[in-house]
Amino acid sequence: MVALTKLRELYADMVTARRYEERLQEEYLEGKQPAFDISAGPIPGELHLAAGQEAAAVGVCHHLRPSDTVTAPHRPHHVAIAKGVDLKRMTAEIFGRETGLGKGKGGHMHLFDPDVNFACSGIIAQGCPPAAGAALAAKKRNEDAVAVAFLGEGAIDQGGFLESLNFASVHDLPVVFVVEDNDWAISMPKERVTDVEDGSKRADGFDMPGVRVDVDDAVAVYEAAGEAVGRARDRNGPTLLEVQVHRRMGHFMGDPQTYRSDADEEAALARDSIERLERELRDRGVDDAELNEVREDAETRVEEAISWAKEQPHPEPGAAHEDVFVNPPSGVTDSEPDFELAGVSGDE
Amino acid sequence: MTETQNLTLVQAVRDGLFTEMSADEDVVVLGEDVGKNGGVFRATEGLYDEFGGDRVIDTPLAESGIIGAAVGMAAMGMRPVPECQFSGFMYPGFDQIVSHMSRFRTRSRSRFTLPMTLRAPYGGGIRAPEHHSESKEAFYAHEAGLKVAIPSTPYDAKGMLISAIRDPDPVVFLEPKLIYRAFRGEVPEEDYEVPLGEAITRREGDDIAVFTWGAMTRPTMEAAESLAEEGIECEVVDLRTVSPLDREAIVEAFEKTGRAAVVHEAPKSGGLGAEITATIQEEALLYQEAPVKRITGFDVPFPLYALEDYYLPSAARVEAGVKEAVNFP
Ligand SMILES: Cc1ncc(C[n+]2csc(CCOP(=O)(O)OP(=O)(O)O)c2C)c(N)n1
Repeated sequence: MVALTKLRELYADMVTARRYEERLQEEYLEGKQPAFDISAGPIPGELHLAAGQEAAAVGVCHHLRPSDTVTAPHRPHHVAIAKGVDLKRMTAEIFGRETGLGKGKGGHMHLFDPDVNFACSGIIAQGCPPAAGAALAAKKRNEDAVAVAFLGEGAIDQGGFLESLNFASVHDLPVVFVVEDNDWAISMPKERVTDVEDGSKRADGFDMPGVRVDVDDAVAVYEAAGEAVGRARDRNGPTLLEVQVHRRMGHFMGDPQTYRSDADEEAALARDSIERLERELRDRGVDDAELNEVREDAETRVEEAISWAKEQPHPEPGAAHEDVFVNPPSGVTDSEPDFELAGVSGDE
Repeated sequence: MTETQNLTLVQAVRDGLFTEMSADEDVVVLGEDVGKNGGVFRATEGLYDEFGGDRVIDTPLAESGIIGAAVGMAAMGMRPVPECQFSGFMYPGFDQIVSHMSRFRTRSRSRFTLPMTLRAPYGGGIRAPEHHSESKEAFYAHEAGLKVAIPSTPYDAKGMLISAIRDPDPVVFLEPKLIYRAFRGEVPEEDYEVPLGEAITRREGDDIAVFTWGAMTRPTMEAAESLAEEGIECEVVDLRTVSPLDREAIVEAFEKTGRAAVVHEAPKSGGLGAEITATIQEEALLYQEAPVKRITGFDVPFPLYALEDYYLPSAARVEAGVKEAVNFP
């Protein structure tokens, strides 16, 4: 049985991740309505939120150390929170501010934090090969670090994922591939793109353990991930782990979800992994006052991160030219930056 | 007079697809979310209801599979129109584009030919991150065997798309998403072709030729109007197809003015501005009165929103660049 202290920790991260997405949704929609304008508001561009997918991220990442590598896809916030990415700097990045993880030049799908070995890819499934590479590096150096690649169930038809399974298997790499099955890939339900309902079966063809956690339950994920990460840590090879989660919101904010039935949405809302964990905590003697306290702490943390982020400056125009090379080419370059001409100061 | 509709660029794309699908059973659309959902930008809206799931095919999320399957269909004589959701998602299928789509004909010594059109929204200006904003037309223009078309008006979007679908050779059709809905234009209801490989003069002027395409046509025209108030007359040439380039139109406009600027949002180095400049050097050196001015994005990955206005050529930057070329020496 999972220790009660661990359940409390899982719960704290899950409510933080949920609260975070709910607050970002509010911030994001500001100024974008009524006719959806993607370029307006304090968070321009697109935003993929993970409300309803907390159990997968939290259940897996609670087995990880800062030195373990995680690659996340286009929907990365819950994974980043569970991996311990600095919440303030991550939020500043999402708001496009100078003190963000990527100096405000990357945005919400491009969160990189070497302090906890966290990376993202907005290109679906393409975080898998680098995760295998990080695992190979750990193996070559005889370190006990592992790597975990997260991806959606829609992404498992990509070559990059299947290539990584084979690579990891043949080289016995300490890596875990975690498929978050939220039933949808934008407008496409699984049955329209694959005949194999259980994605973990992809592992069979590579002679790798494949496990599916069928219920949206952080504790079940925590237990299954314990085995998978343990196998990697003990140098017994890779695992493919698929976890049933639920998409409580649109694919991206502003997605009218016309392709989705009300019944499907309601069912997703009804199967809430946070409520499930709350029930379990109560069963094990945790009272409402304590649960409230955890929720309030989470809210405070999220509010602090958001208000801090919004006070941060935008990047200066010259920052556009930075970070391309370690040794930037000298001599005649592509541009003599004329910031005045561009008519922008960073803070516009 | 023919009937027209007042459409946005993306609606004109949809109209072009509808027209060709109605006319030719071999035309099929395939891609992610293109069917029931009508595409994330609505470019295939209603086509699934009209033509059914056999001709408007929702595919797995696998660009290599999508583009490669289109190659195979085209080799068998169909006219597939695969879509990538953003041009930044073409790269998992890049191998199919450069290894097959562009070369099937030469490799088979003309015994196979690929009448396919690969569509993708491209370019910046919507405050989105790099792979949702970048302009990589030069990749595809560099690949012999591909035509690369980039419309800048609803009229051209429909006419060029029809030409692309009817073209016996493969076409990469890049749609500037910034202007998908920015304005409307009159689009004939009937079918018509706007030939690929032909530039169009958007504005006449004697002082300098300014070459551009896609979403950059708008700031360029804006700059040209305001420069005219200062007595500088720009000849604005919208190239429309960046491969093959309309070299005749480039040379003609240049010979008329003796000065030139190129405006593109893609990074400067290795961009098509260089190809246009070289064409001028080779074909019209003796007319040249000033260095060709390139007004472009920078040699960096597309930066996020606070820096986007800085990165993308604006009317102000076009004006300044044009003046530099006009006032030379
Ligand atoms: C190579 C590539 N193709 C297309 C996209 C556009 N896209 C972004 S998310 C997405 C759906 C992904 O579905 P899934 O993997 O199930 O993850 P979910 O969004 O449901 O979390 C698509 C098609 C992309 N990011 N990368």
